Amino acid sequence: MSELGRNRSTWLALSGLLLLTAAAPALQGAAQEPAVAEARVDDPVLEAQVRELASKLRCPTCRALSVEDSPSGMAQEMRVLIREQLKSGKTPAEVEAYFVERYGEWILLKPTASGFNWTVWLLPVLMLAGGLFFVFLTARRWVEQGQARAAHLDGEEREI
Amino acid sequence: MSWKKLLIPALAIPIVALLAYGLTRDPNIVESPLPGRPAFEFSSQTLDGEDLGLSDLKGKVVVLNFWASWCVACIDEHRVFIEAERYYADREFQMLGVVYQDEAPNARRWMERMGGDWPSLVDPASRIAIDYGVYGVPETYFIGKDGLIAHKQIGPVNSMLMKQLVDSLLAAPVTGEPSATSSAAGTEAGGS
Repeated sequence: MSELGRNRSTWLALSGLLLLTAAAPALQGAAQEPAVAEARVDDPVLEAQVRELASKLRCPTCRALSVEDSPSGMAQEMRVLIREQLKSGKTPAEVEAYFVERYGEWILLKPTASGFNWTVWLLPVLMLAGGLFFVFLTARRWVEQGQARAAHLDGEEREI
Repeated sequence: MSWKKLLIPALAIPIVALLAYGLTRDPNIVESPLPGRPAFEFSSQTLDGEDLGLSDLKGKVVVLNFWASWCVACIDEHRVFIEAERYYADREFQMLGVVYQDEAPNARRWMERMGGDWPSLVDPASRIAIDYGVYGVPETYFIGKDGLIAHKQIGPVNSMLMKQLVDSLLAAPVTGEPSATSSAAGTEAGGS
């Protein structure tokens, strides 16, 4: 094979690989298409409740995204279920409890302030308070040292 | 030693301990609240078009496996289920699959290719999966003869775990009537 032919083959192989890489998420998404289409209802109050609740829940497949933000089939079907449960008369708290009962508190993006979870809520506040206290102590020490040095310099000047 | 010198280690040690605890844990292992609780009732159609529910399997040890044809890890554990199906053929044991986020024809082809005679249910709106708090596939639930969920396995099941759990569940005495809680999600899935 000539040099030109070899280069062309290499470029073709690389282009094919690049195309496959780019298409992989789309192909995977197609394989995991949800079986139930998400039909939003013409009820702004209900849809707002669905959005609020879905944004509090963690998508089980994506984990870093909320059920509201995730484009995955599982998240879409969870939104359908939330909508159905709210339409059937359940309160948002009851729907949330349904998911917590099955997935545990892990499903909540914001953990409840109870038991060991308090560390998540209190630790940042304590660290901030500790940091401010450290800054305060350091600043006070600097001021005291500055005043002492000034007093010392004043004494030396007077002596001169 | 002054209190100021003690302050830094007093603050740092609990924070480092907390970080060490967090960093040494596998983030993929999420503790499920379901083991020890009654299995949720569900019914759907099998890939062969027959109606089947969990209540039809009362009094049996049920290994409920969520799987998909696109799931690579499901291939690894499938031979374990085939072995178990043969090994426990004369016992009160039932393998039951639930197809997760997949098309029925793909799942049917996969089962034909991989083998295994146990039923697999379609789960069109993932209601069974959501009811069982499934994060992804493969996930397997070991349900005792009493209808209680004994164990949830996230990831592939190996032969040792399978034998250990199923043997202990088969040997466990049944104290009362098998029970299953009805599903709040209404897991009555339709056909494929």
